[in-house]
Amino acid sequence: MGSKLLLDKVHIENIRSYDVYRREGGYRSVEKAIRSMNPVAVMEEVKKSGLRGRGGAGFPTGMKWSFLAKPEGVPRYLVCNADESEPGTFKDRYLMEFIPHLLIEGLIVSSYAIGSNRTYIYIRGEFKWIIDILEQAITEAKNNGWLGKNILGSGFDCEIYVHSGAGAYICGEETALLESLEGKRGNPRIKPPFPAVRGLWDCPTVVNNVETIAAVVPIINDGGDNYAKIGTGKSTGTKLISSCGNIKKPGVYEIEMSISVEEFIYSDEYCGGIANGRRLKACIPGGSSVPILPANLLLKTAKGDSRMMTYESLADGGFQSGSMMGSGGFIVLDEDQCVVRHTYTLARFYRHESCGQCSPCREGTGWMEKILLNIENGKGKMSDIDLLWDIQRKIEGNTICPLGDAAAWPVAAAIRHFRDEFEWHITNPDDAQRRNYGLANYAEPLKVVAV
Amino acid sequence: MIQFSDEKLKEVQRIIGFYPEGKQKSAVLPVLHLAQQEFGGWLSVATMDYVASLLQIEPIEVYEVATFFSMYNLKPVGKYMFEVCQTGPCMLNGSDNIIKYIGEKLGIKPGETSADGLFTLKTVECMAACGYAPMMQLGKHYREHLTKEKVDAIIDECRKNAELNN
Repeated sequence: MGSKLLLDKVHIENIRSYDVYRREGGYRSVEKAIRSMNPVAVMEEVKKSGLRGRGGAGFPTGMKWSFLAKPEGVPRYLVCNADESEPGTFKDRYLMEFIPHLLIEGLIVSSYAIGSNRTYIYIRGEFKWIIDILEQAITEAKNNGWLGKNILGSGFDCEIYVHSGAGAYICGEETALLESLEGKRGNPRIKPPFPAVRGLWDCPTVVNNVETIAAVVPIINDGGDNYAKIGTGKSTGTKLISSCGNIKKPGVYEIEMSISVEEFIYSDEYCGGIANGRRLKACIPGGSSVPILPANLLLKTAKGDSRMMTYESLADGGFQSGSMMGSGGFIVLDEDQCVVRHTYTLARFYRHESCGQCSPCREGTGWMEKILLNIENGKGKMSDIDLLWDIQRKIEGNTICPLGDAAAWPVAAAIRHFRDEFEWHITNPDDAQRRNYGLANYAEPLKVVAV
Repeated sequence: MIQFSDEKLKEVQRIIGFYPEGKQKSAVLPVLHLAQQEFGGWLSVATMDYVASLLQIEPIEVYEVATFFSMYNLKPVGKYMFEVCQTGPCMLNGSDNIIKYIGEKLGIKPGETSADGLFTLKTVECMAACGYAPMMQLGKHYREHLTKEKVDAIIDECRKNAELNN
């Protein structure tokens, strides 16, 4: 059983309420930070912890905070990104729904470090019931003196507000989120300037994911050095993994970043193996945007090492034979699943979510969706596979924000690793309507196919 | 006449108070949610113009936003809207069959409203419920681990509620 830092208390009855949360040691990190540390010391502790952004990009949090511009007389803002929308990802929802005070506590400490007197939680609009849960937690925190004016007699003021989005994946991108928070369409901004210099209402702003902010609590309570002792290499601490697809026990698991992918999938402590006695075919380990891997490359790297649940190991081999930790949205496909159909649903998702600002993404995502649907429906041509490859290449890196890359990568990886399944759909259109391609040789010992 | 009740106007003021003075435009998303909920489940031009007047911004600033986000309905919808997720992880767990079943049961296709005005079927993209698939949003809450039996029960529940409220 690995250590749990975020979800260790989630099963305590009524932990959602302030009284129980406080009785279980809640808000100690606020006391410690505000009474005995200055903001710089809090930031240093987060730097020491090695905490990396848990939203998907994995950028070191302490470093992100240290980039914040501090001009005199200009407010600074902390914005919590709770727009969780990456397919496969539902960890932030779990945390906010079941232990909301952990997020509020983390936000107060982080606001103190950054100097934000007005902090926002930008939450996806569909989480309507969670907005109520968070507002209740904020009210309780305020009634008990953790928010408002002159917190703990320190002179530090802070308010937290919950701002509802309205159904747009793109608002998980930090500059689109800020546009939306200003009441505009969620069109990403050109960077630089980065939000740390010009963010919300042109003021210096830090945007952090829910899980990142929650991790600040154990870092302050136990010290950054102790946090950094958990995990492996540059993957310090614990990570929430939301696992779904064809596994026995879908759900949110907090793992130490030192276990293997195989243990995560097959151990009863986590996913419990593949559902319905089927075999593992493929997996997208970090949310729909990251490359899909066939079973053989998922469990072992191209070098033959066990693949681990760490930022480094999941990325081992680059996009030729590896993937990414991403947001921790772990999507498992069993032998009965069709990679073409699955990739089509993802292409449709990205077409729907493209904001339309950049032509390669606006047009390319639609083309990829249509071509994939044709192949899936038995109307594909062999040249379509190369056409798809060509389109995704022309989207990647040619857009203002990473949505273009996020749309290109799943298509690229599906073709890279499952080209024979695409070809089979095209050469056997009737069969492809009746049955799935099956496991093929993806679970066989390693065979790296390079495109 | 489109006009929030006094209670809802207080709620609008509370939301505007979240933002610094002069930044009330930021309240447009939450106030549009409130307006959609209060004025029949969708946003007419008149409703959007009303929101613009409350926030002291131009109507076009409201239209720009309302047309961008998928939670706003720009035409009338049924009393109960089934928003069924169809993205990858839900697909792996049979959402295609659930969508088909709901459509057959209600006699409508995705995007349509039943003749009695009770039900709208809408397919949506990932709702962050992937581990509890297949799923749909119905009003404020998610309905998860959907099966044909659960769908039957939900439809019955809606019909009963509609009768009670008539």
